[in-house]
Amino acid sequence: MSGWIIAPIIIPAMAAALLLLLRRSPDLQRRVSLAATALLCLASIGLFMLAIEGDVLSYRLGDWPAPFGIVLVLDRLSATMVLLSSVLASAVMLHAIRGWDAKGHHFHPLFQFQLMGINGAFLTGDVFNLFVFFEVMLIASYGLLLHGGGPRRLGAGFQYVAINLLGSTLFLFAVGIIYGVTGTLNMADLAGKVGQVAAGDAALLRTGALLLFLVFALKAALVPLHWWLPTAYAAAPAPVAALFAIMTKVGAYAIIRVFTLVFGQDGGAAASIAAPWIMPAALATLAIGAIGVLASRVLVDLVCFAVVWSMGSLLVAVSLFDARSLTAALYYTLHSTLTGGALFLLSDLIASRRGRWRDDLEPSPVMANAAMLGGLFFLAAIAMSGLPPLSGFIGKLMILDATRTSGAAGWIWTFVLATSLLVIIGFSRAGTMLFWKSEATAGTIEPGPPARTTPIMPAAILILGTALLSLGAGPVTRHLEATAQQLVTPRSYVDAVLGRPAQAQRATEVR
Amino acid sequence: MEFLVASAIGVLSAAGIYLILRGRSFPVIIGMTFLSYGVNVFLFAMGRLSVDRPPIISSDTTIYADPLPQALVLTAIVISFGMTALIVVLALRGFLETGSDRVDEGIPKLPEPAEERLTS
Repeated sequence: MSGWIIAPIIIPAMAAALLLLLRRSPDLQRRVSLAATALLCLASIGLFMLAIEGDVLSYRLGDWPAPFGIVLVLDRLSATMVLLSSVLASAVMLHAIRGWDAKGHHFHPLFQFQLMGINGAFLTGDVFNLFVFFEVMLIASYGLLLHGGGPRRLGAGFQYVAINLLGSTLFLFAVGIIYGVTGTLNMADLAGKVGQVAAGDAALLRTGALLLFLVFALKAALVPLHWWLPTAYAAAPAPVAALFAIMTKVGAYAIIRVFTLVFGQDGGAAASIAAPWIMPAALATLAIGAIGVLASRVLVDLVCFAVVWSMGSLLVAVSLFDARSLTAALYYTLHSTLTGGALFLLSDLIASRRGRWRDDLEPSPVMANAAMLGGLFFLAAIAMSGLPPLSGFIGKLMILDATRTSGAAGWIWTFVLATSLLVIIGFSRAGTMLFWKSEATAGTIEPGPPARTTPIMPAAILILGTALLSLGAGPVTRHLEATAQQLVTPRSYVDAVLGRPAQAQRATEVR
Repeated sequence: MEFLVASAIGVLSAAGIYLILRGRSFPVIIGMTFLSYGVNVFLFAMGRLSVDRPPIISSDTTIYADPLPQALVLTAIVISFGMTALIVVLALRGFLETGSDRVDEGIPKLPEPAEERLTS
């Protein structure tokens, strides 16, 4: 059964190769790409069913014994994240095949490679392979960001590539240091080894752990490493920006995974090393994100800063690293990915219907489908800013509840609640400008080219996902509680990867 | 040898970081390259420095070099080489389209052409 764990990596990889061969026939390419994404969805549902029982499954590639070969690990967290990414990818794909994919070359192969990288990062059990899958994900994202071309994307693309290259180099330094002092890069093996590092190497280990945190924080857009995000996401084509909504979560996932499993409470010299850094940075992220939402004059910028802000809420909860706050953080991850994706798609739908006004926050004549789009925007804005009854409210309530007993509760409550108010104001102002003030503006939008009716359905699907997340909050939370429980007791993960008599394996080691 | 390798890594990284902080795309790219050279040597050194030892373990060898960092370095070299090529092309295209190689001015405030959004 455990061989299936590799499916979410293999399916997009094969599909990408096949799609390259089909590049002469765009129609067939669309169908194959859509079918591959649907297949990926099925595979991740299957894996989710496998993991939901609570067993940690590991797949050893080439059947090499555990700490030496490459392992893929499926536990509740990775299964949930893979499912989330494939659901988001399906909706984004439905949006993209209605025109965006034809604006440049190789959209579909890059999209599949991006999925391969994202899923690989969620499934891998090895720090170096985490680096490799990060690179697969990033290289595909460079191509996708530049899809369609234009000077604005080139400028934003250069900054995005440069900052991520720097991040990759730092990742390699961190990997090198950690390998140098522990002699292993397998996460489960590391979990046992970091406690035994010689006292003289403790400073090196701490440096490595913090460098690793720096890289993940860069991916997760934690202030002060957030500034690349609004530029890059605003310049990216809309479906790509919507898919990128999961990329910041890959950073958050890596923080959760590495800093509970390896540098968690049993991390020896580097135990719980990231926690004191996450908290203030996450509070600053909340503030900067909310101020950015208020200051934005274009809808897509507003959405970008709302994504930054939501990363702040998520990481505030992560910073406590206990079961309750991780449950809240995971629920918020699901919520903010779906809502962020929906908002990016909506801003594209709005921009494509407003002629020369695009998605600028200024009154324009009434756009086509204004009622429908207005309704969806209203729902998405309610969800994102955390008003009842949608998932943002539930997520925020869980975060506030989980942080109630912590020492920094006063700070967290103040920042979360005050910035929520700012975000609510920002979204209400945007909605008023786009939909209500338009009623009072005379004139009509000159009709664009006939192909401008991108369907609303994919964005609606994502908002429906948010609604389901709110309706099914009970079962979802119970599952996430079990997930968080699995995270704070990494014993089962380590045993599953290293095979049960872990001590016997260690005895045969070479180093 | 330790001093030589350590100072080489230090000089490469310092030069790389200095150049990355410059305002034009060409020094930034050269800085990236220096930094990636630095990290490659660093990864090697993390397998401990050794001379004249095979990276192969067999039953009758007692001295060997750690083969894993060499595999890591190979992967890192391939990735950083490809990425350098990509960012050079990006910088060139950016320079040709905007007429400026300033990295902080690379993003024109002008909106993208309206028809481009409309054809979606």
